[in-house]
Amino acid sequence: MILILQVFPLPLSHEFPNDLARRPALVVSAGVRYRMSVASRAVAAIAGGYGVAALSAAVLALGLPALFDMARSEAALTGTLVSFLVYAVAVMWVFAARSAWRAWTGLAIAAALQGLLLLLWTQGAGGAA
Amino acid sequence: MKDGFRQSMAWLHTWSGLLVGWVLFMVFAAGTASYFKDEITFWMKPELHAISHGSVAQAVAAENAAAYLNRNAGNAARWFITLPTAREPAVGVLSIKPPPPAGSPPAERRRGFDRAALDPATGQAITAPRETRGGEFFYRLHFDLHYMPALWARWIVGFCAMFMLVAIVSGIVTHKRIFKDFFTFRPKKGQRSWLDAHNVTAVLALPYHAMITYTGLVTLMFMYMPWGPQVAYKAHGGTDTFFAEAIPGGLRTQIKPSGTKAALAPLAPMVAQATAHWDGAPVGRIVVHQPNDANAVVSITRAEGRHLSYEQPSMQFNGTTGALIGTFGDVPKAAAETRGVLYGLHIGRFADPLLRALFFVSGLAGCLMVATGLLLWAVKERQKYAKALKQGGRIGFGLRLVDGLNLGAIAGLPVAMAAFFWANRLLPVDVVGRNEAEIRWFFIVWGATAVLGLLRPTLRMWQAQLALGALLFALLPVLNAFTGPAALTVSLRSGPSSVAGFDLVAIALGLGLAGAAWLVERKRRKALAAPRKAVKPPPPTELTASAAAGQGS
Repeated sequence: MILILQVFPLPLSHEFPNDLARRPALVVSAGVRYRMSVASRAVAAIAGGYGVAALSAAVLALGLPALFDMARSEAALTGTLVSFLVYAVAVMWVFAARSAWRAWTGLAIAAALQGLLLLLWTQGAGGAA
Repeated sequence: MKDGFRQSMAWLHTWSGLLVGWVLFMVFAAGTASYFKDEITFWMKPELHAISHGSVAQAVAAENAAAYLNRNAGNAARWFITLPTAREPAVGVLSIKPPPPAGSPPAERRRGFDRAALDPATGQAITAPRETRGGEFFYRLHFDLHYMPALWARWIVGFCAMFMLVAIVSGIVTHKRIFKDFFTFRPKKGQRSWLDAHNVTAVLALPYHAMITYTGLVTLMFMYMPWGPQVAYKAHGGTDTFFAEAIPGGLRTQIKPSGTKAALAPLAPMVAQATAHWDGAPVGRIVVHQPNDANAVVSITRAEGRHLSYEQPSMQFNGTTGALIGTFGDVPKAAAETRGVLYGLHIGRFADPLLRALFFVSGLAGCLMVATGLLLWAVKERQKYAKALKQGGRIGFGLRLVDGLNLGAIAGLPVAMAAFFWANRLLPVDVVGRNEAEIRWFFIVWGATAVLGLLRPTLRMWQAQLALGALLFALLPVLNAFTGPAALTVSLRSGPSSVAGFDLVAIALGLGLAGAAWLVERKRRKALAAPRKAVKPPPPTELTASAAAGQGS
């Protein structure tokens, strides 16, 4: 992914061609920062988004039977079907967020909340069984 | 990311689309062809065109197939018998060999199955047709790619599909004027025309694109996202229990052999009982687990058609006594049915010929959407170099790479697909490893077009490859007339209609590619004429204005 980002000149490096000649140091560092930010978001979107989606599949698979008395196989299927949409929304969030840090933070909060629910239900189920 | 939500979504749409566009184009093209994979396979076996199959009772065909398998694969672990349909007149049989003893080399484990096509009336293997993968090649190429382990390929295709889903959703968000854009086409306006063409092909078949991308992920969802069932069934018997509960009677049923021999009960009464249970609906597939073993189980699945869902109801019978064990899927559960319908929508086997043709056209629109999107990126990027180019400068490496890959992927793939069909008819019938040789020709030709495209990504090259593709496709009916018994003049009057359909579609594709080559020719003439006119500086406003409009529309 990062390799690909290196190959393709990203938009910002083209936006100020004249400035590049006048003040190389500053703009290059801004360009590098931009690329790092895009790379960070790409990792957040691909890996982080998958993590959040996987957690959502697990949370729905455990939560739907607990909350709505759904059959276990039905809940597991529903969770899996929904998780791909969660993934898409997570990726969009990552690239819509104002900064890469905000993007990561948002993912971390979503993951932590779902992890908590997961922990709650696995413990609860373990206690009941 | 950028200022504003829509701007960052436009950015995301542009880049997520570009990075996977070439793979997606191939996946779209191969998938579109797969809607007619049976017809393609039939066309590629001209020996079968002259034979007309009378219809044979399903019970008879099943008994004949069982007799064949008993003779040739009596000790197999499983038999799969696919009964004939209107689209596939032969009986397909496949037998899986018993698992090799532990510790045997992995090479022995791989090709553990035998496949054959049988005449339903006699139960004899049809050996006359040439060896070919036929449409099955495109079907596998669609998600297994080629020359690599299927598992890797499925992850790659899934990754690209996920990008596509993101590109579609962010593309929708980008277009607040989605309906207005659909009715907007500004021809001969350079970048705007590409943008409009991209919008029209995308929006025209948008429900299809969104459906096909999401349902594509659903077909392999247990591989991509196994966590739901894994977590939920951790303390309840593992994922095997999940599959048994979610898709009862499905293909994942595993029966262990007892080791005691026992003759298989006749299949005909089971087929009759199943058809009666389904109000006369025909049987699609028969799976015999552990044939000729005391534990044998016969699983009979209803034929596809009439219902959207991929998962058809099934019945299981005891393989030695013929007694009914159970019926499955008569009243499917909501989520299981949802998945089944999504899966079924993706493969479109429920569709009658007209609806299937509509799917095919939508698939072509998908190819055009990906192609125009890729070209739009290159056109926009080129404008950034407009000044440098005028001063005799060069374009950047990234743009040159995209130009070359665009050429090889978009113009080269049709040439390669046509070459596959030509190889099918021109290679000697009895050459060893014939089906692999056909596939090799596909990749040799595609590789050649890609290399030429990367070396010389010029309009001339676009034109040459598009024209070659047009010629190869448009002449396929001529090739068929000379190398098979059912030339278009014959097949249009007295069938087989699927051969006539293939020839007509080949002509249409040829005309479409010729049209594209003609458009490039006009553009090339204009580009040649332009420098002479451009002694005076051209009005700069148009360029910058359209660049600014860009994705924002």
